[in-house]
Amino acid sequence: MRRNLIFILMSIEIMLNAAGVAFVAAGSRWGQPDGQIMFLFVLAMAASEVAVGLALVLRLYRHHPTLDADAISDMRG
Amino acid sequence: MESVFYIAGGVAIISTVLAITRLNAVHALLYLIVSLLAVAVVFYTMGAPLVAALEVIIYAGAIMVLFVFVVMMLNLGRRAVESERQLLQGKIWVGPSVLSALLIVEVVYLTARAALPGLPGSGGGVLEPKQVGLALYGPYLIGVELASMLLLGAVVGAYHLGRPKSGKAEVRYDRNSDGSRARSGGSLVRAGVGRTPDAP
Repeated sequence: MRRNLIFILMSIEIMLNAAGVAFVAAGSRWGQPDGQIMFLFVLAMAASEVAVGLALVLRLYRHHPTLDADAISDMRG
Repeated sequence: MESVFYIAGGVAIISTVLAITRLNAVHALLYLIVSLLAVAVVFYTMGAPLVAALEVIIYAGAIMVLFVFVVMMLNLGRRAVESERQLLQGKIWVGPSVLSALLIVEVVYLTARAALPGLPGSGGGVLEPKQVGLALYGPYLIGVELASMLLLGAVVGAYHLGRPKSGKAEVRYDRNSDGSRARSGGSLVRAGVGRTPDAP
């Protein structure tokens, strides 16, 4: 099982993008703009999530010089 | 139009599978950028030009640049020089280049087809950006406000998490402030006598 934090964040982006594709496809099937609007919200959410997530990764990398998600499971405060 | 959609979808699937199976993060990021551009072409062929533009600008332009910055920041030093020399060898660029060449051929075909006066631009059922904007600032106004608050919180949180470690400033400025406050007996005038002169 891969536990690289960068790959975890990239995979989250892929999954959010897939959800956005589903929204836009459904919206264009019925000819309504609501699907595209949901995609815009997903886009804003993904942007803020990746900003905070990458800041957390940088901060963790300063304490433990690793990108393994299991290596930081012994944090205590 | 149908074949353009299917080719772009195939490029998206292939590049996403290649992105999640690469071992090197930079290779995976290259394939992920190609995947997002392919999804943008898919959006355009589905009749959503605004979302296609936003996908290119925000996803492939901003979020992926953030990823590339962080990946480049995480391997500094002598090992990074070796890995960058390895990255510049040109072999890894072949896959993403072929896939994005397919995409640019499709984009050229679509623009040339849209410029022709006789043919209809992209079939029927195109949702113009005007419709999306009217709905976005009409019934979905509360969602826009919530998204703005979410983005503000993300900016503040990312700044707080990403700033350099400086635990000393507070100690330096407020040295002995508790003690002086106790000694002054609540007098606000004498409360700050213990402060260092360079305190703001």
